[in-house]
Amino acid sequence: MVVADRLLRFGLKPLAFVASLGPAAWLVWAILTGNLSANPLSDLTNETGIWALRFVCITLAITPLRKLTGWNQAIRFRRMTGLFAFFYGTLHFLTYIVVDRFASLVDFPDGYIAWSTARHLLAAIGEDIYKRPYITIGFSAWLTMLPLALTSTAGMIRRLGGRAWNRLHKLVYATGVLVVIHYWWLVKADINRPAAYGVVVALLLGVRVYWAGRRRAIVPRTAPVTAR
Amino acid sequence: MLIKRAPDIRSSEITDQKLYLNRREFIRAATGTAAAVATGMTLGEAWLDAATPAPHGRKLEGLKKSAFSTDEKLNKWEEITTYNNYYEFGIDKDSPSMLARSLKPEPWTVTVDGECAKKGPMNLEDVLKGETLEERIYRHRCVERWSMVIPWVGFPLANFIKKCEPTSKAKYIEFQTLNDAKQMPGLRSPVLRWPYVEGLRMDEAMHPLTILVVGLYGEVLPNQDGAPLRLAVPWKYGFKHIKSIVKVKFVEKQPLNTWQDQASNEYGFYANVNPTVDHPRWSQATERRIGEFLMRKTLMFNGYGDQVASLYSGMDLRKNF
Repeated sequence: MVVADRLLRFGLKPLAFVASLGPAAWLVWAILTGNLSANPLSDLTNETGIWALRFVCITLAITPLRKLTGWNQAIRFRRMTGLFAFFYGTLHFLTYIVVDRFASLVDFPDGYIAWSTARHLLAAIGEDIYKRPYITIGFSAWLTMLPLALTSTAGMIRRLGGRAWNRLHKLVYATGVLVVIHYWWLVKADINRPAAYGVVVALLLGVRVYWAGRRRAIVPRTAPVTAR
Repeated sequence: MLIKRAPDIRSSEITDQKLYLNRREFIRAATGTAAAVATGMTLGEAWLDAATPAPHGRKLEGLKKSAFSTDEKLNKWEEITTYNNYYEFGIDKDSPSMLARSLKPEPWTVTVDGECAKKGPMNLEDVLKGETLEERIYRHRCVERWSMVIPWVGFPLANFIKKCEPTSKAKYIEFQTLNDAKQMPGLRSPVLRWPYVEGLRMDEAMHPLTILVVGLYGEVLPNQDGAPLRLAVPWKYGFKHIKSIVKVKFVEKQPLNTWQDQASNEYGFYANVNPTVDHPRWSQATERRIGEFLMRKTLMFNGYGDQVASLYSGMDLRKNF
């Protein structure tokens, strides 16, 4: 047991951490060496977005993995993968702000770094979130991850209490749905990829619904009526 | 011992190079599929392969300069041949650069049909007969908010139209792209309704800015850019610039172009570059010139308003987007 715990703590978890940084490292390397496409700014936006989505999927896969394999230690990776989803999601949001919103301001009356520029930038972001449904959804997806990231520390779990914390963190189901819709609505005609992720998220959420249904079906029979 | 040994590999066993190359492609496709299945995602976004700029082709001699050319800074050959929307070769920008090798632009036949006197097949040599090729450096604005400056080589579409002798019933011209899955692997995926169709109103088609393109940077047009024959209508969004044309039809009614068929609320027939009419999902007021960080203002009719605005006088461009 102790050996297994050490292996996990000093072997597998650091390994998973480094691997999760891989896509970001690859992007930095690709930018520095000119290994992205002729439109690297668009690649940057797309890649950070897709990795956020992938980490949301991985995070949602941990509980089913645990239940199906009986490997309970899987849970110990969940905070990390969830935070990486937030990390890539935040990178994606920041990339969009700089590469799309800032770069399309066109007019910089007082220079790039100025109050007026910041005001225009905020207005441009707000307008986009308000006007473009897929941006609204994408922003909402990021918003759902924000409280989860903020309450991811052991201290916050204690403060909130396990129950409330658990209930709050069910928000990640909404994240899963929202990111897929965001992706779906932004492609032009090629819905294959968002559809594939849609299937993955649907399966991961579906299996939970199925398990919950089974629990409900079993509980009333075995538990005394007064327990409710 | 004097037993004669056969050579290690008999010549009959040597795999034909073509097969060998096919096999490599097959293996790449198979590993791709396996990986896709494994991760549950469709691949293609794979990093198995890198974008490859087109190999340089035959030089085209005796090109005429054109007063329609812009003197803006050209985009690079690498950019123009690795960043393509050409769904017949996959939906990623770099997939045409990797897959368009399988297109055979020679020999090439264009079939002329519809309301005209000279119907029937016309080979490319006849299409080009009597034409003086010109270099036309045009701004190219994609509906996706990026743009390039491209030194096309071509000749006015009007010249070709005159050869076909359209009748008075010919109000529109309809084009079709090659529809051969053996040459175009992307056709196996039903992302769009194939074949790709585009069209122009007759006066747009006859306009001196509208050209049939056969070259790029003074060389024969690379496959990924629509070899051997594509359209350039610089005041319209990129998707109007139909590639690898095999059919031209003169028609009375407005053709249903592919992207309009795909999503008529987002893509219209006219598709004139217009900064004041947004795409439902993004603003068209600005664009990113490939190679630049800050976007620039999109110009009405992509900056060709002086030449073409009169074609649309009195028309509601918000409705006819």
